[in-house]
Amino acid sequence: MSAVIHEDHHHDGPPAGFKRWLYSTNHKDIGTMYLIFALVMLFIGGGMAMIIRAELFMPGIQIVNPDLYNNLLTDHALIMIFGMVMPAAAGMANWMIPMMIGAPDMALPRMNNMSFWLLPAAAILLLSSLLVQFIPGTGVPINTGWTLYPPLSVQTGMGMDLLIFSVHLLGISSIMASINIVTTILNMRAPGMPFMKMPLFVWAWLFTGLLLIIVMPVLAGGVTMLLFDRHFGTSFFDAAGGGDPVLFQHLFWFFGHPEVYVLLLPSIGVLGLVIPTFSRKPLFGYKPLVFFMGFLFALGLVVWAHHQYTIGMSLGATTYFMIGTILISIPIGLMLFNFIFTMWRGSLTFETPMLFGIAIILMFAFAGVTGVMLAVVPADLQYHDSYFVVAHFHYALIPGAVFGLYAGVFYWLPKWTGHMYNEKQGKIFFWWTTLSFNLTFFPQHFSGLAGMPRRIVDYNIQYIEFNQISSIGGFLFGLSHLLFLYIIIKTVKGGEKAADKPWEGAQIGTPGLEWTLPSPPPFHSFTTPPQIK
Amino acid sequence: MSKSKSFLATLSAFLLTLIASPAYADYVFNLPEPVAPLTSQIYDLHMLTTKIATIIMVIVIGIVTYTILKFRKSNGSEADQNFHKGAFGTWSWILVPVIVLGIDLTIAGSATDALKQIEDYSQKNDVTVKVTGSQWKWTYEYMDDDVRIVSNMLSKEEAGDNYLRAVDNPLVLPVNKRIRFLHTASDVLHAWWVPQIVYKKDSIPGYINETWTKIEKEGTYRGQCAEICGTGHAFMPIVVEAVSEDKYNAWMAEKKSAMAAASAEAASDKTWTMDELMSRGEKVYNTNCIACHQVTGEGVPGVFPALKGGKIATGPVAGHMDIVMNGSSKNPVMAAWAGALNDLELAALITYERNAWGNNTGDVVQPSDIKSARK
Repeated sequence: MSAVIHEDHHHDGPPAGFKRWLYSTNHKDIGTMYLIFALVMLFIGGGMAMIIRAELFMPGIQIVNPDLYNNLLTDHALIMIFGMVMPAAAGMANWMIPMMIGAPDMALPRMNNMSFWLLPAAAILLLSSLLVQFIPGTGVPINTGWTLYPPLSVQTGMGMDLLIFSVHLLGISSIMASINIVTTILNMRAPGMPFMKMPLFVWAWLFTGLLLIIVMPVLAGGVTMLLFDRHFGTSFFDAAGGGDPVLFQHLFWFFGHPEVYVLLLPSIGVLGLVIPTFSRKPLFGYKPLVFFMGFLFALGLVVWAHHQYTIGMSLGATTYFMIGTILISIPIGLMLFNFIFTMWRGSLTFETPMLFGIAIILMFAFAGVTGVMLAVVPADLQYHDSYFVVAHFHYALIPGAVFGLYAGVFYWLPKWTGHMYNEKQGKIFFWWTTLSFNLTFFPQHFSGLAGMPRRIVDYNIQYIEFNQISSIGGFLFGLSHLLFLYIIIKTVKGGEKAADKPWEGAQIGTPGLEWTLPSPPPFHSFTTPPQIK
Repeated sequence: MSKSKSFLATLSAFLLTLIASPAYADYVFNLPEPVAPLTSQIYDLHMLTTKIATIIMVIVIGIVTYTILKFRKSNGSEADQNFHKGAFGTWSWILVPVIVLGIDLTIAGSATDALKQIEDYSQKNDVTVKVTGSQWKWTYEYMDDDVRIVSNMLSKEEAGDNYLRAVDNPLVLPVNKRIRFLHTASDVLHAWWVPQIVYKKDSIPGYINETWTKIEKEGTYRGQCAEICGTGHAFMPIVVEAVSEDKYNAWMAEKKSAMAAASAEAASDKTWTMDELMSRGEKVYNTNCIACHQVTGEGVPGVFPALKGGKIATGPVAGHMDIVMNGSSKNPVMAAWAGALNDLELAALITYERNAWGNNTGDVVQPSDIKSARK
């Protein structure tokens, strides 16, 4: 051991050149790479959304043909989920969890390197699955939506094979990252940090990691069976060969529903730090929050079929899935309640992360109540596959996951870069993005109720107003992210020097150690375990 | 405040556009008017959950707004560091789940009756319609009357403002009769949805799903395919004409005699001329084939093969007949038509495809050729 420590002294700083990044085993560098990757994917996935909204601005087919439209729609979902939210959350975990729990690095640094570098490979496969349609003879583009339901996904051309391989790589990458994070949390906590004193972000990632380890293999299995159906004459999902098209839906949603909590929980974890910081008082009900997060974890695994109420399940099965799904409102309700009462009798200031925090509480509560509406089976038989669902899940995922990550970016940018971001610009970004988000997705509830199905390239003239408001909102929402990029680049390059603890209320109630380090932290932090009193 | 402001902004943007434009007479912000007992019940359920949702949102927005106005640092508010240790902080984790559970059970309880009715298949049905989704049209079979209609989307010129929600052959149904729908699909998943008269269940190849309704008001009801089904997903609308029982019976009798005449014609030994077959073939083609192969016969490059100058349509007649009648072994999208079309229709269709768009092979296929090609 002493020899290793001795060697470390010779390599205090990062290695020079590309080797620093390609061979990196440093949690901060890998975290940075994850975050940059997520940012790049945000713009690619967002660009696709812009094309979708431009196409829907007017009835008729103006910009993209139906297959390209459906392919863009599919890839928008996959890129935003696997390329943006999950890597961004993993990047924050990489950066922050070792520093919060007083660990020198992640438990498995080399695996950390591999789990990141699989991502660019997966992204290249994913993008080639979109581009391959422009080569003649590659068959029908992926026009299935991100759910990849057979038999349609068996009809599609070569793009689907590339996509399946991409999903394999993404799955391997997430499982490795999750194993790493869970192992780090379980084994690398500094002396004096028991489980029940971990910052909420660490708890959230513990559950997220466990969820991913459980559900990712099921998705990988499902898409592999699809690959076999496509090329090797198996009939897993083909009724004509004794298979069952609905089986794929069960496999997909056994992954797909917990995936929602995978996207959501890290952001809830960020809220668990941001809200107490800017309320200047400890988290209200820390213990219940942790236990109800565990409840959400368990319940989230057994309610998947509420995405498939229309497949014709038995009365008993639908009733079970309905009640299970409605019960999800208990842990979610408690989380929002506790965040609100963390602010109650606090001393509130409204920096950008806090503004996002408050907006998330309200907009995510709204997604929650429309979620309960959707959980009610008879009503869902009307809402299902309409724009009402599109509106609901964008309200759940953009405030619930994406805005939580934005809050995290603004909260930790001073720590990561050593510079304060420009508060005024941050606030402009918040208002711009929140207002345009609502303008985009609020009208979609109405177009859905009026009967507009999702995933259609062209719509009847009666839906024109809703879609035009949505498109204008969408363009503004997209545009606001240029400001986001500008703020990040500017803060990385320079700006007011950030203190070790730039937020007055940071660390109240949570003993996370990230604020005891300088801003930016040294390349290697906590080479000896810190003591927590 | 953040959210309430953004909410207000969104709402006011809405109201402004509403007031500004005169063309909003039939503008709807809600589910369309239900015209069947079950859809009415679902509508009420939807209104109940919407009200509960609105009340919850008003309470949440109220508390948050009060909090962020009252407990600002700039107002001199000091943080109560022990608030979470009081009785409220200690016991709220029980309070909240109990309240939420109460709301949840209210909602779930009010849904069970509708759910039981949806799944109630014990009653006698007056009309049974088998609804088959295919890429990209709907086929309706009246099971008791042996009548079959194919429903295709109307072009923009024919449909006008109802484009994407208008069809050539609507499904005709009687009012005040219990109607059972059996849903299935011939190729990929589809979902038949006409929100005013019946909720949706998926059409799944190899499965038969069941829904039922009793339409209480005559009228035309429109819907669209709800489950993504490939290139033409946006282009398979649904129209239901609900008519009185008398009108329905008259329509059914007319349909039956037309079908009997057509099959008698197809079974006759008549030798048809090229012109007769071409004009009939064009109709059959436009009903059944244009969704993929297009009016121009050019297909969609890389997706649907061209018939104009195509290898099969200009190759041997036997091969052409085989693929039309039995489908393609290589490409599952190309369906087998032997069961759906009669001998005359098939003969006319194949003759049309071999001679339209400048194919000009000069081949004439007679119904008798089809008859002998059938096993």
